[in-house]
Amino acid sequence: MLKITNLHAHIDEKSILKGINLDIKAGEVHAIMGPNGSGKSTLASVIAGKEEYEVDKGEIKLEGQNIDELSVEERAHKGIFLSFQYPVEIPGVTVTNFMKTSLNETRKAKGLDDMPAKEMLKLIREKSELLEIDRKFLSRSLNQGFSGGEKKRNEIFQMAMLEPKLAILDETDSGLDIDALRIVANGVNKLKSKDNAVVIITHYQRLLDYIVPDFVHVLYNGKIVKSGSKELAFELEEKGYDWIKQEAGN
Amino acid sequence: MSKYTEDDLREELKTKEYEYGFYTDLDSETFPIGLNESIVRAISKKKEEPNWMTEWRLEAFRIWEKMAEPDWANVKYQKPNFQSIAYYSAPKAVDPNKTLDDVDPDLLAMYKKLGISLNEQKKMNNVAMDIVVDSVSVATTFKKTLGEKGIIFMSISEAIKKHPELVKKYIGTVVPTTDNYYAALNSAVFSDGSFCYIPKGVRCPMELSTYFRINQAGTGQFERTLLIADEASYVSYLEGCTAPSRDENQLHAAVVELIALEAAEIKYSTVQNWYPGNSEGKGGVFNFVTKRGICEKDSKISWTQVETGSAVTWKYPSCILKGDNSVGEFYSIAVTNNYQQADTGTKMIHLGKNTKSTIISKGISAGKSQNSYRGLVQISSRADNARNFSQCDSLLMGNECGAHTFPYIEAKNKTAQIEHEATTSKIGEDQIFYCNQRGIETEKAIALIVNGFSKDVLNKLPMEFAVEAQKLLEISLEGSVG
Repeated sequence: MLKITNLHAHIDEKSILKGINLDIKAGEVHAIMGPNGSGKSTLASVIAGKEEYEVDKGEIKLEGQNIDELSVEERAHKGIFLSFQYPVEIPGVTVTNFMKTSLNETRKAKGLDDMPAKEMLKLIREKSELLEIDRKFLSRSLNQGFSGGEKKRNEIFQMAMLEPKLAILDETDSGLDIDALRIVANGVNKLKSKDNAVVIITHYQRLLDYIVPDFVHVLYNGKIVKSGSKELAFELEEKGYDWIKQEAGN
Repeated sequence: MSKYTEDDLREELKTKEYEYGFYTDLDSETFPIGLNESIVRAISKKKEEPNWMTEWRLEAFRIWEKMAEPDWANVKYQKPNFQSIAYYSAPKAVDPNKTLDDVDPDLLAMYKKLGISLNEQKKMNNVAMDIVVDSVSVATTFKKTLGEKGIIFMSISEAIKKHPELVKKYIGTVVPTTDNYYAALNSAVFSDGSFCYIPKGVRCPMELSTYFRINQAGTGQFERTLLIADEASYVSYLEGCTAPSRDENQLHAAVVELIALEAAEIKYSTVQNWYPGNSEGKGGVFNFVTKRGICEKDSKISWTQVETGSAVTWKYPSCILKGDNSVGEFYSIAVTNNYQQADTGTKMIHLGKNTKSTIISKGISAGKSQNSYRGLVQISSRADNARNFSQCDSLLMGNECGAHTFPYIEAKNKTAQIEHEATTSKIGEDQIFYCNQRGIETEKAIALIVNGFSKDVLNKLPMEFAVEAQKLLEISLEGSVG
């Protein structure tokens, strides 16, 4: 699904990613953990194609195709989805309208016509139920005045609508209370299939209690310094990152 | 007089001997450049106006001569030389040899984006039409429907002849000739415009739009509009056209007067899309407009405007809330891009008791443009329990444009309630990235954000106009974020 080889990237002359290697296959869930400032969110942004980051070396392949030259929206059209750590507000644009635009632009890129309104409404109803979203919520301006939990739930709702091949969840658990966490995790689990893959970026183990990863990677100082099974996450929760830092230092 | 030429005329005008005796019929369709009493008389004569109208124009001219062009607005431009303009041009005739192939392809591309029909495109560019279509027949059908209700809707020149009592009674009562420099100029030389009268208790059955739009092409640079809604009547009036007018006229100084008699309601919507000049700021129209309405008891006037064109805009549609319980509303979207400058807003003058006004202004600046909101809320000492709510939001795109807000509040009555809210925001890279990540390309993302920002005002426009206005916003801002 996604293969990253020796990826180096910088922003404003500051080197952040220093040789990332990652191989994610369809049907897998990968967790990326690591201390603050280790480059986790940068990795998510670089995969999504954010222009502020310059890729110096290495390559990213999606389903065997090098996506280095693709724009952010082209990558999205190919099935890359990023659940934002801090979703932006767009006043005056309702969740429904935003989703309609997003879905139809993606269809357009694939040479499909706009989704008929009836079908769209049905899909919205179905997916909003999955995330236990109140219908009133859908006619509010995107993320405006949303609580932290509502914002994250809205991100996963969008993911459900767009059905991406590769979903990157950037600290989706931060700011969620335990009920919201359960709903969000439940949603992700239902969307998981053998044809797609999920990357979870998180500081904490608790989301991983609900969405069980196949692999856990530790990112430190721009490199993946350790990979393992879900037990690695427990170990990190227990011991913190210092031992990782020490190991990496050696 | 058979060999009379424009040059002869110019000579005569120079000598000023013909100041009161200039009655010669002119063969030429354009008057000589410059402005003096003879020209004013000639315009009036050309339009076969009654004496009172000629005198009214002359008085306006004399007032104008003593006035100076205002310079308080937050705009910078080379002042026009008023003596180097021709003040009367007959409407352009259809050129039988002209086809759409002769029209600027950029303009045609824009029409296509706006979804404007071929026939309308031709009409707007003075291209003869192949088929006898809608324009004539539609206009006639409309006229019949309106006529049955007793609604008068015609050009102001026609109204001066056919309904002199109405014109004489109301013209200049809301915007007096002494009001300001451009209003005085307009009063002296107005070429044409619209007149509308809705009789007592009549609800105008249609938006007065399509008709106007079809008749829009070829109107002069000094338009005069007079709209009277008699007691308990209602009218929704649409002015302008979403299609870009590439008019070579540098200066447009229009006057619009609205009169809402007791319990009447007027909804006046404008989409202004005059040529804004090119991306380097060359050319473009100066739009200096005076629009004002007066509200009698229990009446309501609602102004909605979408301003996307013109190099310089100077415009403050206002309401004089004279009658008790009257309501004034102003909803505005002003977009400036490249080197455009707009200084626009409103005045709400509360004279009656329990009068209420609402101001929603949305300014969008891009490129190197400057966009100012200027508004006055005035509560007179007699206006008990007057209320105003104002909201002024600015949206900036890029780092080189400016948004300015100049709110003036004068309250002379302690019972007044005045609220003012203002926000300034910027379309951020984060917003664009977010949209891009959801598969929405940048131009579309900007359109989405801008439409969301403008929604409160777009919602006030009549449905079909709103759709066009939305597209227009999109096109006006194309290429504004690199």
